[in-house]
Amino acid sequence: MTDVPAPRHIPDRLDKPFSSAIFSWEALLVVVAIAIFAINSFASPYFLDPYSLSDLTFNFTEKGLIAFAMALLIISGEIDLSVAAIIALASTMMGMAVQAGADTPVLVLIGIVVGLGCGAFNGLLVTRLGLPSIVVTIGTMSLFRGIAFIILGDQAYKGYPESFAFFGQGYVWWVVSFELVLFLIAAIIYWFVLHRTSFGRRVFAIGNNPVAAQFSGVRVGRIKFILFCLTGLMSGIASALITSRLGSTRPSIAQGYELEVITMVVLGGVSILGGAGSIVGVVLAALIMGLVTFGLGLLNVPGIVMSIFIGLLLIIVIALPIIWRRLRGGRLA
Amino acid sequence: MKAFLKYREIWLLAAIVVLIGLISTRFPAFADPANLRQVFNDTSILMILALGQMVVILTRSIDLSMASNLCFTGMVVAMLNAAHPAVPIPLLIVIALAVGLVLGAINGLLVWRLNIPSIVVTLGTLTIYRGATFVISGGAWVNADKMSPDFIGFQRAAFLGIPVLSWIAILVIALFFVLMTRTALGRSIYAIGVNPTASVYAGIDVGRTKFIVFCISGMIGGLAGYLWISRYVIASVEVANGYELNIIAACVIGGISIAGGIGSVGGAVLGALFLGIISNALPVINISPFWQMAISGSAIILAVVLNARGERQQGRIILKKVEAVT
Repeated sequence: MTDVPAPRHIPDRLDKPFSSAIFSWEALLVVVAIAIFAINSFASPYFLDPYSLSDLTFNFTEKGLIAFAMALLIISGEIDLSVAAIIALASTMMGMAVQAGADTPVLVLIGIVVGLGCGAFNGLLVTRLGLPSIVVTIGTMSLFRGIAFIILGDQAYKGYPESFAFFGQGYVWWVVSFELVLFLIAAIIYWFVLHRTSFGRRVFAIGNNPVAAQFSGVRVGRIKFILFCLTGLMSGIASALITSRLGSTRPSIAQGYELEVITMVVLGGVSILGGAGSIVGVVLAALIMGLVTFGLGLLNVPGIVMSIFIGLLLIIVIALPIIWRRLRGGRLA
Repeated sequence: MKAFLKYREIWLLAAIVVLIGLISTRFPAFADPANLRQVFNDTSILMILALGQMVVILTRSIDLSMASNLCFTGMVVAMLNAAHPAVPIPLLIVIALAVGLVLGAINGLLVWRLNIPSIVVTLGTLTIYRGATFVISGGAWVNADKMSPDFIGFQRAAFLGIPVLSWIAILVIALFFVLMTRTALGRSIYAIGVNPTASVYAGIDVGRTKFIVFCISGMIGGLAGYLWISRYVIASVEVANGYELNIIAACVIGGISIAGGIGSVGGAVLGALFLGIISNALPVINISPFWQMAISGSAIILAVVLNARGERQQGRIILKKVEAVT
């Protein structure tokens, strides 16, 4: 009798029982979002209004767009601190183009190309020269924004064409802004890429174990390079949106956005050590940050105090599951 | 290994000498000893902060909250001084150290007890500490006219022809030199950075040591808070906004590896001096200060490229080795 072992079935992913879905990170975020939404509705009579809620979305759409690409980058074990500086540089280039008489399509193209170029520059330094991304992007952060400062000094570019204003100020339908639609489309694309394609699986593989991924035939360097380009691209798009919304460019535009974007990604359950995370979490985190800042804004809380809440939210949301696990683990063991 | 480290600092020193030489071709008075003393004094705070950041980075962690800590502690001592001008300056410095220590200990406890990555913890406390500054001050500024003459004058007083601020920097550098080269704690800090797992087997309490380095960086942040406020004689929420990245930049230029375990007191000091010389030189050689950001950005990238070439020989970059195999 020939003893042929039955082919072992290794499931692609483990079955997720309902209980684990309830205690998942996304569920926690949904609860937090609903709680903040409810508190906001009670705290301010102006909150539950379609136009208010529409304004709310502007608080997170631009940063959220970058956060999607940043999530992939962080999952792969890298980071990009230069995104806000890319916004500044791309915006400055668009401003220069306006002075030269460029029209709206050219402006948007310039924003996107500059963003892509900056991302590729980061990617080349990290993947070709094997440098740690956190240091490289601290450097390029100064470099990109520094170039914007050299070009602009204490001046500002204004005079963007009227048709350009649509991207940051226009509405597609009723109170649904163009930015929100773009955010949702990007969310779907990034969700699909990360969770439904082999590219996404490779990103997770790299984040979990770059050496094993390399030996499994994953082109680690190339994928990381693509992710840096994507982050640059999204920053370029965000730059076009912000420039259009503000209608002017200063070298200090979008200052400090990089930390807000990273906060959004980490709050969304992406492991800062790489290898884990989901786009749904990032969308929820973007929503939560938008809700917190907008709700507090309605209550006339100054922006700097809001940042306390964002910081506390970040630490508490990360710490709670750890404390919870430890308490349960302590009882079981 | 030791010879190699020395080698790198000598290179950095050479770069600084060349830099000073280049500047003095445009502005001969720059290389004047009196002016160099002035540059050292101007860079003192950055040097102190870079040393505090260094011990954290050596253990594979990072403290992004130092500038916010500086801002908060500076506001505390400035308000205290405005309300009670009689409080002697040495006591104020002790208070600044204590407040900074508490803020650092909060970071350290979260990293140690909850095992949250330090970049996440300090990203959170970065915004919290600065926000807390707004809460305690109500958004108001503390101006020079509210500060006592002692508060402002202490660090400017000359001792043996050198301002007290420079002496404090020299003292801190000496303390860190002793800490890193002559104590068990210093060796543990290096050991954790080189190999955390092996450190555990060597009997080092990794978590507790990380807690201690965050306490150190917190105390340094607090000390720098007093020095900064009394130097620029204004305490506001905006003080040192974004400065955390300058501190890290000084460390990177000084050859401290962000991957931990590599770096020295001399490197951190020289890295800070390099940035200090650039910011002092640009105005005198008639380059717009707007160039400063791009120049220091390029310096960081250049430094990290050069550092990585040194580190690669030690096989720290895993993927490169893999590529060599395949």
